[in-house]
Amino acid sequence: MGYNIGMRLIEEFLAKTGAQRCESFRETADMISKVGFKMFLNTVPQIENFSSDGTSFSLILTENPLAEFVELPLTQYPKIHKELWYSQLYCGVLRGALQMVQLDTDVYFVRDSIRGDDKTEIRLKLNKVLKDEIPAGED
Amino acid sequence: MSSYYFTIIGTRDNPLYELEFSSFKAPASLIPGESHFTAKVKELLPFIANSSLDLVEDSQWLTPNFNLGRIDSFGGIWVNAFVTQGNVKFILCYDNPNSNNSLDNGISSGGSTKYDESSMKHFFNDAYDLYVKALLNPFYGANDPLVSPDFDYKIKIVAKKYL
Repeated sequence: MGYNIGMRLIEEFLAKTGAQRCESFRETADMISKVGFKMFLNTVPQIENFSSDGTSFSLILTENPLAEFVELPLTQYPKIHKELWYSQLYCGVLRGALQMVQLDTDVYFVRDSIRGDDKTEIRLKLNKVLKDEIPAGED
Repeated sequence: MSSYYFTIIGTRDNPLYELEFSSFKAPASLIPGESHFTAKVKELLPFIANSSLDLVEDSQWLTPNFNLGRIDSFGGIWVNAFVTQGNVKFILCYDNPNSNNSLDNGISSGGSTKYDESSMKHFFNDAYDLYVKALLNPFYGANDPLVSPDFDYKIKIVAKKYL
């Protein structure tokens, strides 16, 4: 969910910021939180738990504009607290946007404060850097 | 010390929320905020609240304000009401603060009523604020009962603050 949003969103991001190619995944992480999230959601998530090989990190959202007034219902569906990631959209958007800049990533929620967790954490894992490919028909 | 019964009534005259409490200003019992309605009054309260709905609907067209003030009384229980933009009614029933000792403080009673009115107005406004926030929850449908414990807790905080 959100993948197509991300694919288009990166266009706006690049047009507005004129950002250059990132040298490392760490730089990408900074770009996502300090420029991307700031620009589209006006919040700056913290970057934490960078893995030692530098291919995965967590975004900690202190505020979540998507879920500002959301409270999961208690009574009707007991499964809702175990299976629903309300802000799953973020994962797709990040994955779509990063794919368009040649970064193949897995994005998933680890914790979400509206489920009663202490904070909202999105994990990003870099699978590989895709090769720049010239679109077919453009020599 | 007065006791209060607060209820939210939806657009189809269906109850959404109710809360009984007493003034936190001078806690006399061991449990602060425990209401002191007698058992007989307790079972009448929902009826008193609902029977005032006609009066709410009459008086909501007579004033530009959402807060309708005191609109009804029944056997020593006074009823204040507030309508939201979505025509959801907030009803607050309370035992008349002057009924017990109206002879003792005949002059000052006017002042205390005024004070109550303004704190009830504030209470209603803050409750309205909380109601709107509950309404913004995508999992909440209009006219659904307000069962969220978070909402309950926040209403109690507001009650403690003003009443």
